[in-house]
Amino acid sequence: MALLELRDISKHFGAIEALRGVDLDLERGEVVGLMGDNGAGKSTLVKCIAGNFRPSTGEIRLDGEVQHFHKPADARERGIEVVYQDLALCNNLTAAENVFLGREPKKSYGPFKFLDYAQMYTRSGEIFAELKSETRPRDLVKRMSGGQRQAVAIARTRLKDAKVVLMDEPTAAISVRQVKEVLDLILRLRDKGMAVVLISHRMPDVFTVCDRVVVMRRGTKVADKAIADSSPEEVTGLITGAIRAA
Amino acid sequence: MADSTQHSATVQDFARIDEVTALKERTIAQKVFASQPFWVTIALILICLIMNWVEPTFLTSGNLYNITRNFAFIGIMALGMTAVILTGGIDLSVGSVMGLVGVVCGLLLQAESHWAVAVLAGLATGALAGAVNGVLIAYLRLPPFVVTLGMLSVARSLAVVLSQNKMIYEFGPYADQFNWIGGGQILGISNPVWMLVLLTALFGLVFNFSAWGRYLYAIGGNENAARLTGVPVDRIKLQAYVAAGLTAAIAAVMIVGWQGSAINALGTGYELRVIASTVIGGANLMGGEGGAYGAFVGAALIEVIRNALLMAGVDSNWQGTFVGAFIVLAVLLERIRGKKSD
Repeated sequence: MALLELRDISKHFGAIEALRGVDLDLERGEVVGLMGDNGAGKSTLVKCIAGNFRPSTGEIRLDGEVQHFHKPADARERGIEVVYQDLALCNNLTAAENVFLGREPKKSYGPFKFLDYAQMYTRSGEIFAELKSETRPRDLVKRMSGGQRQAVAIARTRLKDAKVVLMDEPTAAISVRQVKEVLDLILRLRDKGMAVVLISHRMPDVFTVCDRVVVMRRGTKVADKAIADSSPEEVTGLITGAIRAA
Repeated sequence: MADSTQHSATVQDFARIDEVTALKERTIAQKVFASQPFWVTIALILICLIMNWVEPTFLTSGNLYNITRNFAFIGIMALGMTAVILTGGIDLSVGSVMGLVGVVCGLLLQAESHWAVAVLAGLATGALAGAVNGVLIAYLRLPPFVVTLGMLSVARSLAVVLSQNKMIYEFGPYADQFNWIGGGQILGISNPVWMLVLLTALFGLVFNFSAWGRYLYAIGGNENAARLTGVPVDRIKLQAYVAAGLTAAIAAVMIVGWQGSAINALGTGYELRVIASTVIGGANLMGGEGGAYGAFVGAALIEVIRNALLMAGVDSNWQGTFVGAFIVLAVLLERIRGKKSD
């Protein structure tokens, strides 16, 4: 049984069919590249998994159980984390504060509850060390490189043991050297037994870290195969429609 | 530089946890030197010393008593304003809300109500005005500028209507108790100043050590990010405007008690002095930056300069010019500092 199973997922927005009958299985410890042109339905699919959208039809099963996510918090509660394209970071806060944003540890003093900074610094320091990132918990995010910012966003997924991590274009806006850093982070998540979905336009990234590639075109899945059995040329053909399906 | 990092990476795969957490990009001293409130404090001390040299009556206890009391009212309001500005909002209605609260208190006292009733009704009025602002801004997503500009007009008009455009000065049987709250003193320091110090400590604590405070900064830094990570953005924003309304009400209760009368023009133009205080104290009008001590010291600086000008014989009608110029200058400074740190 796969960790996450999508069965016949469709999503309409009025007359527009963003997704049509998509099936997808994710296994533990697997990195799946999700590729496709703009408007192919990648983001819609991810948003259905993450609880931003409810699919019009179809079923999402996590560990064999059917899920009905009404909001992103529901999905997160069940172990599905998203690293957003714009990273969703607050520049004016420190790395640790960003990692814990929305779920801060607190210490009680009588009736008052104060933030437990010590725990926030220690725990986020542990996570950065585990991710082998040079990010420091007390640094302000606005002073960080693109790779460090990615590490902060990814560190959020390590607070609780996530099962599925969805990453939306994590390497779109960073330098070449930092891309390697981010790809390493993805591999570390995989080594922890998580299933990672990597949405990317960058062929080399997908062929470097992914075990499997899924190609979407016009709301349907046109390919789902092991990286070893595919090639960048084939995937390009699938994305543009030069190859109809594989 | 690149060589040394590579070298250490090969020797030790990654840093120990305590090394990572103990590393600070900037030391505390560096942080203090980079902070606006610190430099405003220095400026404040310098101006006081210079004034005392020019005019030896400046640092007498009498004049200090007056100066501190004068900026206490503005400072109290500036604390609530800081909460709003941290979220990236603005509250232009605090001066009018002050006027309305003053009239409400005055009318109740005139009707021989207990002083506690008058105080509570005043605070409730301020909180309610803030809540109306907050609901319109947070839940109906109207721009803060428009909403609070509307409230500026509404609250002032209500104050005029309720007071029938008359001054209220017959405070009934509880006049002495009520007037003591704002007009009295403890240990030689006026009550509004105590209140300001107390509230500054309270707001400082809340801004820095509570989740609510951190959320204010998060919303100002990146509202969308705060929403995505599960921060209850709308509720926090509403509460920030309620805080602004409440601090305006606290200042109103105290200023009415100090003056021993309530007029519906009370607090006219105060919104600008309050906003100027927060901005001078380092708050960023774009949100996400600012603090309680900054509001305190910003209010103090404006009042000391105003007092200095009065003592130097400058016509008090110039005040508005200085406050206006101060806001623009402070924002300009912020812009320059922002460019440097990028």
